[in-house]
Amino acid sequence: MLSIKNLTAKIGDKQILNGINLEVKPGEVHAIMGPNGSGKSTLASVLAGREEYEVTAGEVDFLGKDLLALAPEDRAREGLFLAFQYPVEIPGVSTINFMKTALNQILEHRGQQALDAVSFLKVMKERMKLVEIDQSLLNRSLNEGFSGGEKKRNEIFQMAMLEPKLAILDETDSGLDIDALKIVANGVNKLRNKSNAVVVVTHYQRLLDYIVPDFVHVLYKGKIVKSGTKDLALELEAKGYDWIKDEVAIA
Amino acid sequence: MPNPGTERMNVAVNEKNTTPEVVSQIQKSITQYPAQAYRKEALEAFQKLGLPENKSEEYKNTPITRLLQKNFVFDQPNAVAQKLDVKDYFIPGVEGNVIVMINGVFSEEHSVIVSPSSEITITNLGTAIAGQHPVAIAHLAKYADTAADAFTAWNTATWQSGVFIHVPKGKVVEKPIVIYHIHDTRGGQVITASRNLIVTELNSEVTIVEKFDSVGDGNHFSTLVTEAEVAENAGFNHYTIQNDAGNRYQVVTTNIHQERSSRVNTYTFTLSGKLVRNNLQLSIDGEGIESHMFGLYLVNGDTLADNHTVVDHRKANSFSNELYKGIMDGSSRGVFNGKIYVRPQAQKTNAFQANRNILISDKATVNTKPQLEIWADDVKCSHGCTTGQLDEEALFYLQSRGIAKETARAMMLYAFAAEILENVKHPELKVYLDQLVSERLHKNF
Repeated sequence: MLSIKNLTAKIGDKQILNGINLEVKPGEVHAIMGPNGSGKSTLASVLAGREEYEVTAGEVDFLGKDLLALAPEDRAREGLFLAFQYPVEIPGVSTINFMKTALNQILEHRGQQALDAVSFLKVMKERMKLVEIDQSLLNRSLNEGFSGGEKKRNEIFQMAMLEPKLAILDETDSGLDIDALKIVANGVNKLRNKSNAVVVVTHYQRLLDYIVPDFVHVLYKGKIVKSGTKDLALELEAKGYDWIKDEVAIA
Repeated sequence: MPNPGTERMNVAVNEKNTTPEVVSQIQKSITQYPAQAYRKEALEAFQKLGLPENKSEEYKNTPITRLLQKNFVFDQPNAVAQKLDVKDYFIPGVEGNVIVMINGVFSEEHSVIVSPSSEITITNLGTAIAGQHPVAIAHLAKYADTAADAFTAWNTATWQSGVFIHVPKGKVVEKPIVIYHIHDTRGGQVITASRNLIVTELNSEVTIVEKFDSVGDGNHFSTLVTEAEVAENAGFNHYTIQNDAGNRYQVVTTNIHQERSSRVNTYTFTLSGKLVRNNLQLSIDGEGIESHMFGLYLVNGDTLADNHTVVDHRKANSFSNELYKGIMDGSSRGVFNGKIYVRPQAQKTNAFQANRNILISDKATVNTKPQLEIWADDVKCSHGCTTGQLDEEALFYLQSRGIAKETARAMMLYAFAAEILENVKHPELKVYLDQLVSERLHKNF
């Protein structure tokens, strides 16, 4: 589904990604962990198409398409979803109106019929339940004045609405209390199936108790330096990242 | 003094020449109305002031004198209006009393006044003054200050035609009164001076909509002075829609005098024009008054949209709120100057002001200046202004959900403008204005 080969990227003069290789197949959950500043969020941003980052080398194939050649909206239309670490507040645009516009542009891209108001509301109500989000929140300006937990829940609600093939969750767990974390994780789990995949970018192991990964990768200095199973995450939780740094230094 | 270049010298000389030319035009026009002393006084005021110079504080960002001098000949008669289908300019769904002014002249032929005169007076101001209408005589030229502004003086000395509205005690006028100011420049240059006088009585309510349109490629310049007396516990809503063919220079001056417990809402939509200068002045002359001023300037090309507002709190316990927003594209220029005066006796005043701007082109500019002068010590006042570009991070957020960049831009700009639109109370007008703004922003979602 997603195949990243030797991806390097920089922002300004600062090189951040130094040759990432990653294969994600349908049905899989991958966790990308690593210390602060290792390039986790950069990887998520580059995949979603954030303009500030310049890809200097490498290839990304997403479902047979050259992902890096696509505009951000086309990546989304092809089935990529990024749950933002810091969801943006947009005054005057309600989540409902936003999702209706997004969903219909995606459907149009796929040559499908746009949803009328009634069918849209029906879908929306169904997905709201998944993330236990209240409609009054969705009527309000997008993320404006939302608490941290509400913002993250809104991200997962959007994911539920757009049904991506590949969801990248960028530090979706940070800043959440355990109850909010469970709601968010439950939402993600309910959306999982054989044909979609999830990449969880996180600093903490905690989220992985709830969204159980098939693979765990450690990103350090812009490279994946170690890959393993969920046990690797537990090991990192217990021992911290220093032993990884030492290993890299020795190598 | 810095070394003055040749061009600058020319401008200076021309500026001096413009005033006598205009004065002679004013004098000619005044001879048509020999009996009216206030016109002569206004001429004297104009002669004293002269047209604003480049450095004039009130016009420093709006080089109106230079532009008028460059583009107009003041000593020639207006082009004659040709056959017009005035209905083309009408706002759909807003029927009722309609007044059409063509090239500054009240058109009896096209105006439709449905309210019986026993309920409300809606008439040609010129006719009302000529016929010695006691209310019109008592209020005319009482609120607009000729000593303060050359264009007000010019207009007061020379106004040709206009609308007089008198709303009697307790009368609630359900449908808006719409005034269409249409300029036909197909035959050449047009210069007009129009005048409105609106007098409301105790507990009455009225909504007035003024829409400016034009046909033809000729340059046109208009001054419009509106004086409104809003009586005790009366309500007055005033909409200004400036969306003509784009070669109009205009100075619109609105002086509203509010008595106690009155309510005023003004809405100024500037969507087109060459040079638009709006002077909106509210005199809060009673207690328990509530006033809202909303403005949206959504301009492109080389339009200059200049809003100068004054809110003068003269009595205690009143409230005013002002929100003006600008979206500027092309090489358009925006100017906002908002003055709030709170006089010593105006204790417990609440006065708020905000001006927010988005520049969507590198060449567009805006000059914004709040000016608060507060002499009372127990008041709540605030002001704020912001100018910026569209938030790139927000655009990316919308795009990352599959929304095309153009749609994302339109969504954000529309949301920005909607904060003004949502305050429009009249339903059909709201639909109309929403459409105008949506079309302009290429909103198709």
